This record gives sequence, structure tokens and C-alpha cells, in this order.
Amino acid sequence: MIRFQHVYKEYPRTGLALQDVSLFVGKGEFVFLIGPSGAGKSSLLKLTYMEELPTKGDVWVSGVKAKGVKRRDVAKLRRKLGVVFQDFRLLEDRTAEANIAFALEVIDTPRSSIPNKVARALAQVGLASKATAYPREMSGGEQQRVAIARALVNDPFVLIADEPTGNLDERATRGVFQLLRDINSSGTAVMMATHNLDLVRRAEFRTIEVNRGQIVFDSADADTSRRKVEGLA
Amino acid sequence: MRLALRETMIGFRRAPVLSVLSITTIAFSLFAFGLFSLVAVNIRKTLRDVESRVEIRAFLAEGTPVEVVSAAMGDVGAFPEVIRVEYVSPDSALARARAELGEFKDVFESAFLPASIDVRLRDGFRDPNTVRTVAERIKAFQFVDDVRYGEDWVDKLHRIRNVATAAGLILGLAFAAVAVIIIGATIRMAVMARSREISIMRLVGATDAFIRRPFLIEGFLKGLLGGALALTLTWFASQVISRNFIQTEFFSGPLAALGIAGGALIGLLGSSLSVGRHLRKI
Repeated sequence: MIRFQHVYKEYPRTGLALQDVSLFVGKGEFVFLIGPSGAGKSSLLKLTYMEELPTKGDVWVSGVKAKGVKRRDVAKLRRKLGVVFQDFRLLEDRTAEANIAFALEVIDTPRSSIPNKVARALAQVGLASKATAYPREMSGGEQQRVAIARALVNDPFVLIADEPTGNLDERATRGVFQLLRDINSSGTAVMMATHNLDLVRRAEFRTIEVNRGQIVFDSADADTSRRKVEGLA
Repeated sequence: MRLALRETMIGFRRAPVLSVLSITTIAFSLFAFGLFSLVAVNIRKTLRDVESRVEIRAFLAEGTPVEVVSAAMGDVGAFPEVIRVEYVSPDSALARARAELGEFKDVFESAFLPASIDVRLRDGFRDPNTVRTVAERIKAFQFVDDVRYGEDWVDKLHRIRNVATAAGLILGLAFAAVAVIIIGATIRMAVMARSREISIMRLVGATDAFIRRPFLIEGFLKGLLGGALALTLTWFASQVISRNFIQTEFFSGPLAALGIAGGALIGLLGSSLSVGRHLRKI
């Protein structure tokens, strides 16, 4: 589903961000990405949603190959995956439901089906009552839930979360993380970069540690046999 | 399309001053172009009027028999370039000279002016070369003493018209380029102002064509409004000139429509040149 093969990513100004990264993420998996700031977690995620393309090596996401990919195909791919960030990236001048509807409108979703989808996504993140609230009227945790609802509204096969709890207090963090777990247990894969090692320790999901652009630890390698038995690999 | 229109309107509403400013700037550059076009249109019209009066006058040798003259007139009248041939007797030449000279009319007392045949040419055959060849053919008749056709001013007229057309074209292109640059700059600002929306659109899978659409509509509308405003300004200017200086002719309906369409096209061009370049940076 998501495959990196000997991927290198070099930026003109900052140099090598990833070197020789190979990994595979299967359907419905939950993967933590950990490592210090600047280790390459965000670069790895950007390559996954093809915001960046590899300098060397190749990336496949849901059958789309990064090498030589057309911008049009990247747009099509993004409709099948959801992305959330630390800073939520909501439109401040639109309500929660308008923010979610916006994501549907810009990919030419039939108008008649939009209200239902929006209501379902808001209900899924537990914010049905905040449909008409503006981002500034919501807490950080609520804003992140709206962002997650926006990411979920197109039924993605994977949710990519770059430090989704980075701006949240502990209670909101637990709430958002629980939401991501629920989403995962209904079949959507989750790739989550985080600094919060508490979450990582408590959850016992697959954990990949990145340092200086390289994968230095992958818990899947440690228990491949167990994963095979469970049919995840 | 409906969404693109809505997004365009949001763009207008969010930066009303900028929008009005860019429309007026476009309008003024098109207005300057409009004024030059107005001058060009009126020069052409004047030239057409003057040209229609281009005629060749062949002075006849004294004592040429009437039958010979009328036979020759038939021949000349059969030239494809010629629309009308007219015989002017010495008497009527005198009357005409008197009428043209006004207060000096008494100077002429007897019929000393030669008879002539006046030849008018068809529209499209009044350029210097055709006039010259026809004049030479007429001169070849034995009984024709001399041929006059105002060779100097036929040449001059055509030169003026060519210069006016060329100047109009060059200025038009220059002002169109200015308008394209202005629209490009305002679209650039609009793209920057909406970079957040654009990055989110990208993130959720909107295509470039979709993202570009509201900006193209914006450029098109600004050009259209700017063009219409410029046309209105030009119309007022022509009214003022007509009332206070000389009677001027305004653009014909199709030409006016062409002007507005030109504005819209310029808007579309400016925005498409700008939006593609700046979208890549977001």
C-alpha cells in the first residue's frame, strides 16, 4: 500500500533529509514515527502524500509511483488519503462544517451529497454540536477534530498525521489520540509522527524511529513473524 | 463552475479596494488606447471622405470635336476603376471657378478656361498607384493636353493614414501589454492573499485546473469591467470633443464590443500568465 524503496531526499539548501529509507506500510496499520526534530519524520510523510518527490529511489502509494508522477495524479491520490497537521490548517473565516464542505467542493463532489457527508464526518469526531462554530470559537482539541473530520470525509485509506497533538494539552491529546485509534480500528491506516513518547509506549503500535534521515529502528522488523501470523505484513 | 464563481466573489469581497484599483488601472490604460483608437477612427473617416473626392481632371486641347470627346468618355467610363465621367465645358469651368473663388469672382470675365473631363474612381481604386496609372492612360489620348490629379496630396493622404494606423497599433500593443502586466500583478496579489486556501485545496486533492479557475474568472471579469469602463470614458471624451471642438465619430457597435472583448481577453491572458507561475510556489 505504501512502499519506500531506497529513498533519498535532498533539499537544495538544507542538504540530505532522508537517506536510503525503505519501508512498507500495509492496509489498516497504525504506525508511529518518532525521532528528534529535524530527523526526517515530516519529510517522510511529505513523500507519502507526494508533497515532495524522492531525489533517488522510489515511493509507491496506493499504486501511484512517485517517479515521473503527473501533478494531476497527485491530486487524484490526495483524494484517497487524509492529512492533518500540528497547526490544524483550517480556514478561519469559515465554520467547521464549511471547512469540511470546502474539501468536498474542491474535488467536484456532487452538491447534493455534501451535507450528509459533512454531518457524518462531524459526528464521527464528536463535534456535531459545533457545526456552525468558527475555528476561533473552538479549543485546540476541537479544531484538530475538525481538521481530522476534513481528512476523513472522503473515506481515505490512510490518515497521515504530522504531530497532530503537538499544540494540545494533555487532555485534548488523549482525546485526539483516542479518535485516531477509533479511526484505525474501523480500517483506516494511520501514520502518525509524534514527539509524545507516552502515547507511543502506552499504545503498542508499530513504531519507526528516524534519526538523521535514516530509519534506526522499526518494531515491525523485531516481530515480523508475529505480524505475519496476524496477517498484517 | 458555481463554486469557482463563488470563490471569485469572495476574492472581490475580501479585497474590494484592490479590485476597484486594478479595474480602474486597467480601465485607464485601455482608455488611453481608446482615445488613440478614436483618433485613428476619425482620421480614417476623414481620409475616406477626402479620398472619395479624388478625381482626375483631363484638360482637353482647344477645338476638340464633341463627337471625339464623347467617344473618349465612353472609353474612359468603361475602365474598371472608373465610376463616373463628366464633361466640363469652358463655361461651367468658369462658373465653378467663380463659385470657388468667392469674392474674387469678378476677376474672370470671359471663358478662357479649357474644357475638361472629370473622372471619379471607384472606392478601393483611389490609392496613389492606381490613380497614376489611370491618369497616364487618359493622358495617352491625343486630344488631352494635360492631366491633374493632385498627385502630391494623394500620396500624402496615404502616408498619413499608414502612419496613423501603425501608431495606433503600436500604442495599442503597448497599452495592452501594460494592462496584461497590471492584471498579472493583481492576480499575483490575489494568489498570495489566498495561499492558505490554495495549500488546503492542494492537500485535499483539488487539481491545478480547478485551483486556477477562480483566478482566471477574476482576471476575465476585471478585464471585462475595465474594458466597459474604458469604453464609457472614451464615449464621454468623444462627447466633450464633439461639443467643444470638432465633430467626432464614435466606435461602431461591433468595434465597441470588440474593445470590451479585447479587455476581457487581456484580463484572461494576464491572469493565466500570472496564476500558473505563482501557484507553483505555494
